Amino acid sequence: MRAQFVMSEIWIGLRRNLTMTIAVIVSVALSLSLVGAAMLLSSQVSQMKGYWGDKVEVSIYFCNKDNQKNVKDTPNCASGVATQAQIDAVHTQLDHNPLVQKVYTETPEQAVQNFKAQFPDSPLAPYVTPDYFNNSLRVKLTNPQLYQEVASQVLGQPGVAKVDDQSAVLKPLFNLMNTLQMVAWIIMGFMSVVTLLLIVNTVRVAAFSRKRETGIMRLVGASNFYVQMPFIAEAAFAAGVGALLASGMIALGKLVLVDMMLKKQITLISFIGWGPVVSVMPLLLVIGVLMSSLAAFLTLQKYLKV
Amino acid sequence: MIRFDNVTKTYPKQNRPALDNVSLEIEKGEFVFLVGSSGSGKSTFLRLILREERPSVGEVHVLGKDLAKLSNWKVPHMRRQLGTVFQDFRLLPNKTVGQNVAFALEVIGKPRATINKVVPEVLELVGLAGKQDRMPGELSGGEQQRVAIARAFVNRPMLLIADEPTGNLDPQNSVGIMKLLDRINRTGTTVLMATHDQAIVDQMRKRVIELDQGHLVRDQSRGVYGYQH
Repeated sequence: MRAQFVMSEIWIGLRRNLTMTIAVIVSVALSLSLVGAAMLLSSQVSQMKGYWGDKVEVSIYFCNKDNQKNVKDTPNCASGVATQAQIDAVHTQLDHNPLVQKVYTETPEQAVQNFKAQFPDSPLAPYVTPDYFNNSLRVKLTNPQLYQEVASQVLGQPGVAKVDDQSAVLKPLFNLMNTLQMVAWIIMGFMSVVTLLLIVNTVRVAAFSRKRETGIMRLVGASNFYVQMPFIAEAAFAAGVGALLASGMIALGKLVLVDMMLKKQITLISFIGWGPVVSVMPLLLVIGVLMSSLAAFLTLQKYLKV
Repeated sequence: MIRFDNVTKTYPKQNRPALDNVSLEIEKGEFVFLVGSSGSGKSTFLRLILREERPSVGEVHVLGKDLAKLSNWKVPHMRRQLGTVFQDFRLLPNKTVGQNVAFALEVIGKPRATINKVVPEVLELVGLAGKQDRMPGELSGGEQQRVAIARAFVNRPMLLIADEPTGNLDPQNSVGIMKLLDRINRTGTTVLMATHDQAIVDQMRKRVIELDQGHLVRDQSRGVYGYQH
């Protein structure tokens, strides 16, 4: 294999077919950006699921002084602040429930600490006192889908003010992310078809314009690999450049959309870092190069008989 | 070197075979003219030897190998032992004379050092010493055909196939090309040349094979073009 000769042939081929090469590069870049975006959306979703999923609990709040004052909202608290015996009774009951994996307790004092740790910059922080919080039990379920069964068992017990399913808050957000991801995959599907057709056509034109060369190569006994390699390498090279552009675009997207906009506006959600972005890049390169090489190879089987 | 055993070639959607039950043998070192009018089957004959086509019936042996039993990936290696020259030269217009000849070696993966050594040698052999850096467009037809012959011969093939090599040349240049082919033949390379050029065939007095509508109608040693049978 004469690398230098092959490289110079590839370079000549790319330049001769410059407009088509540019079209392939742009098309590959767009398709792969969509692939990257879809993959990052999915890692964002799993990141959020992971972050809250560990902590998705049924939260059971017990009556405090506030609840007693606003009996209209929490009728179960008419009899007064929940006693330790009432809390222990619910705790014991949960411990015996097979759906419950673990029960954490949170006192109002701990709640204040947690609040200050989570929102250190909040202007309210200096003014928060244990009086604002309830005694609560945080329950981790063996299967979060079965929230309703645990909630109905606990709701209405003496001293229980209210029961929350924390995952309900996040559901619309997950739905939105999943829809976005779906849309990205669909557009990506159409773009891939366009890209593949473009590659097929480019290779076909290239094979046709170099009929004389390949004819001579066949006659002097160049192997199939040698005859086809420059075409495949050209397609792979164009796809490689496209993949680099796509990597640049998703990096820019992460920087502008996530870091500079979303992160500042939505502080409650944990966004993906650079790790997933960087790990998607080599994947895009591999996908792009493999797909276009394969498309080129299959095209040549039809248009470049050896 | 070449053996045809009862070879018939019928192209798809054609009633009359392009080659009809042809049997013949060409020995190593021979110089053979293949004559016949257009459509007589000369091109099919050559294409069968190059294994660009396969016979419908019969066997074609080249360099001792039955081409029907040669797997596709071995075909390039078989072709490396054949040289081919055409009426229209088939040079690459954007490469120099030297690069055109070197191309044949580069695409079969020969090392640079070998190429640098043998290309000037073969150019000298065909009478183009010093014209290595010229472009094909700057050369006369005869010189262009010499480049094509250099390219076909640079890998020292056992068999040189020439399809109307003088078809585009004036008589004077044709004689030059024939002298060159004769010289190549004297190095031991078998030469098979399809031609319409009566003067050349008559003058050279080599073996003549004549095809007519796919049939082998004459196989004569030291023959002439217009032999009446």
